[in-house]
Amino acid sequence: MLNDSNLKRVDEIIKRYPEPRAALLPALWIAQEQEGYISLKMMKFLGNLLSLPYSHILGVVSFYTMFHEKPLGRFHIEVCTNISCMLKGSDKILSTLEKHCGIKCGETSEDGKFTITEVECMGACSGAPMIAVGEDYFENLNEDKTLKLLNNFSNVTKLNGNDDVDDDETEFGGGD
Amino acid sequence: MEKYLLPEIPDYHLIDVYENNGGYQAFKKSITLNPDAIINEIKKSNLRGRGGACFPTGLKWSFMPKDNSKPKYLAVNGDESEPGTFKDRNLFEFNPHLIIEGILIACYSMGIKTAYVYIRGEYGKWIRMFQKALDDAYSKNYIGQNILGSNFSTNIFIHKGAGAYICGEESALMNSIEGDRGYPRVKPPFPAQKGLWNCPTTINNIETLANIPLIINKGAEWYSSIGSPKHPGPILVGISGHVNKPGVYEVPTGTLLTELIYNFAEGIPGNKKIKAMIPGGSSTMILRGENIEGVKMDAESLKAAGSSVGTAGLIVMDEETDLIRVITRITKFYHHESCGQCTPCREGTGWMEKILNRFEKNEAKKEDLELLLDVANNIEGNTICALGDAAAWPVQSMIKRFPEEFERRIKKVEPV
Repeated sequence: MLNDSNLKRVDEIIKRYPEPRAALLPALWIAQEQEGYISLKMMKFLGNLLSLPYSHILGVVSFYTMFHEKPLGRFHIEVCTNISCMLKGSDKILSTLEKHCGIKCGETSEDGKFTITEVECMGACSGAPMIAVGEDYFENLNEDKTLKLLNNFSNVTKLNGNDDVDDDETEFGGGD
Repeated sequence: MEKYLLPEIPDYHLIDVYENNGGYQAFKKSITLNPDAIINEIKKSNLRGRGGACFPTGLKWSFMPKDNSKPKYLAVNGDESEPGTFKDRNLFEFNPHLIIEGILIACYSMGIKTAYVYIRGEYGKWIRMFQKALDDAYSKNYIGQNILGSNFSTNIFIHKGAGAYICGEESALMNSIEGDRGYPRVKPPFPAQKGLWNCPTTINNIETLANIPLIINKGAEWYSSIGSPKHPGPILVGISGHVNKPGVYEVPTGTLLTELIYNFAEGIPGNKKIKAMIPGGSSTMILRGENIEGVKMDAESLKAAGSSVGTAGLIVMDEETDLIRVITRITKFYHHESCGQCTPCREGTGWMEKILNRFEKNEAKKEDLELLLDVANNIEGNTICALGDAAAWPVQSMIKRFPEEFERRIKKVEPV
């Protein structure tokens, strides 16, 4: 299930801990990086690899919100609605995204392009309201900036094209 | 004040720039010292943990057993998930080597050969930045085997979290490192006796460790003269919400809240009044705007004002803020993040959220206010870890300090 180079990575990571079990979270990250999500098959594979029962792995996967049991859209848009973002109008950002993508929070668009998720505080409160797309943070948003950002994404056709998005760091980044 | 944690030096995150500005000198000095002498110096400095509990760091280090044949571990808490908190992210980005230097001194002082830096999964970008700093420090033999020709060897590994607030709780963090769900453990035993893999373990916050090299470089006396004597040193304050210039500000402890809000964060947009503020992340008790005059950002002053310093994540709310919406959102957060082990927290946070939803919709009954307080009081103190308390405190303090906000949302019953 894991490809050879990822298997090697997991082997290396196991050495960091006195027990292989501790490599579970890193191994799950690598699996999700490879597949986009963590399938049942993958959980069983990792169970064999780390000598852990499948039920333990499912328990861990379902406990941590960043592990996904189903594939997500190409652009996973995470909208912080926690207190600092709420005070700065995150509800408008969320409704703009829902309207533009034609889906409700928690859903994936039919073309597989967007998934919108409401998330808890991402640690970017000085740049509220903010969203994260993949590992990129987009801060100090308003409705216009959100629309511009979505248009940029719409121009990207490549899979996993986050890095090609023409985002103006100085405009959307900032804060701290 | 001069800045020590986030100095304004270009490219300070690069190892060469860090070294050229006196970086790693504290560590080089440390490995010539007796480990106990270092722990005593940290004790004398009065440094208190920056993760929320304000526990004296030197004392914590002294709990590590010396006559134990088991391996010892350092777990570094970079999970930073308390709403309103974003200080450690700045340290990862702008001063990663100060963190590494602090970790190395901690490891040397306590005889630790392995440190795990637990960083929240959302900080993917900052994990890569910190890994680069670690790689550079390895390549210059600050980390690894026989460091700088000494007998001291240690490894530092990043362990990436995966989106669970509870993993910022120290025993949940250890379970998460061991490959389990982030379930807090019953204490005692405390981590210094039975921590990671039942071995002696110390857990320190990122910012706490970033203070260590300063103390070694300039001495405990110098350090303890900064800010408030009982809670001294530089502190990173994150200011967010209704202010003109939100951000992370490095100030001496004991800085007035009003100075932080009006001078550093440049006041409230539209010169509106402050209705309420949360001084140290969403779990600390909310204060009324008119009561913050003279209150300082330190453990003693905030305790006297009826709150706590927490993570120094200050959230400002102007006079137009709907505080019922605020407390409902905070409670939703704790409900979502409850690990589910303890019934009072697992069920109680959900009940509080439901009751608050009624207030938010102006559909609350008269007895709902009493019920809400009753649930909060039955969570507090009745759970394995402090998440239960963290969920109860905002609700209790909101009811106590802003009763009028609740009362006006109670549904009027038409007389028959």
